[in-house]
Amino acid sequence: MIDQQRIIKVGMAELDVIEKEGLIRTTGLGSCVGVTLYDPYVKVGALAHVMLPSSDIARDGVLNIAKYADTAVPTIYQKVIALGASPKRLVAKMAGGSQMFSFAGKGDALRIGPRNVESCKLKLEELGVPLIGEDTGGNYGRTIEMDCETGILFIRSVQMGKKEL
Amino acid sequence: MDLFKDYAEFKMDILKEIGNIGAGNAATALSCLLDKPIDMAVPKVQMLPFEAIAERVGGAEKIVLAIFFRVEGDAPGNLFFILSPEAAKKLLRRFAYLTVEDEEEFSEMEWSAMSEIGNILAGSYLSSLADFTSLSMSPTVPALAIDMAGAILSYGLLQFGEMGDDALLIDTTFIEGQQEVEGQFFLIPDPESFDQIFTALGVPKNHD
Repeated sequence: MIDQQRIIKVGMAELDVIEKEGLIRTTGLGSCVGVTLYDPYVKVGALAHVMLPSSDIARDGVLNIAKYADTAVPTIYQKVIALGASPKRLVAKMAGGSQMFSFAGKGDALRIGPRNVESCKLKLEELGVPLIGEDTGGNYGRTIEMDCETGILFIRSVQMGKKEL
Repeated sequence: MDLFKDYAEFKMDILKEIGNIGAGNAATALSCLLDKPIDMAVPKVQMLPFEAIAERVGGAEKIVLAIFFRVEGDAPGNLFFILSPEAAKKLLRRFAYLTVEDEEEFSEMEWSAMSEIGNILAGSYLSSLADFTSLSMSPTVPALAIDMAGAILSYGLLQFGEMGDDALLIDTTFIEGQQEVEGQFFLIPDPESFDQIFTALGVPKNHD
């Protein structure tokens, strides 16, 4: 059972897919949000490490679709569908979106975590994917890992220990 | 990122000098606080992908104590003072002879002392930069966190996140020899601040 398990690492502002078995992981989520999609029947999943709520603010250069909630969520949706997942069976989970530093200040940057969460939820709703588990908010960082066999999302944090969704 | 593609070596040198001056003054302040000599490494100035920035302190999951300041004024940016929780405890023992009661947890007193140390260091870092560039720069009140480096540092990258997947980091490490207290200053100026800094220092705009 404990043979070399495959682990796919997803970095900040990246996304990836997983099939059949193994783990898909992203570390150090602060105000960023980790969104996962999973089809339990065909065992296909995806994870995006979203950094900002909307691509409207993207300035010069090439658009990194994995970075923004409004582009990353539809992208992982298309990717899992392409791998044989059914829109009817797809479920979503998400974690992150915390406010690492809370102090009186101005600017939207302070609320970026909650805004990331809102934006991801809105996109999931548009795509008709139910959100069945969520561990968002707070003021601490998280590392998350989805098991492709079961779809369970493991969440680790320094302050709150381990959690499963 | 297009903005930084044409950064000539000498512009990097200027930014290095900024790290040197800022952290040099902060190290002097720390040395006064502790009454101990503090050594400083040559600052590193690099354009790094987001992932690599957390690697600089030991990986995205490495637990660090960070004091974060938003820099306000003519050249806004984010300033982090980062050290390991163990190093922070050592620092607290030396500073004002606080008795460390618990190796893991930080008491309110320690938390407050740590903020104050951060305040003094950030203040000297920024005031020396302000003197050097004649730009106004002032830190906000400090915000402290002990958490995963990735989660903390990503906060300082949001302004860059709007433009690209890299950020320019001015990284200075200091070491207090005997107690082995090692810390890092990360200055991540907002993308818009670079023009301000270079203009203030008389660097011609299209001289690359």
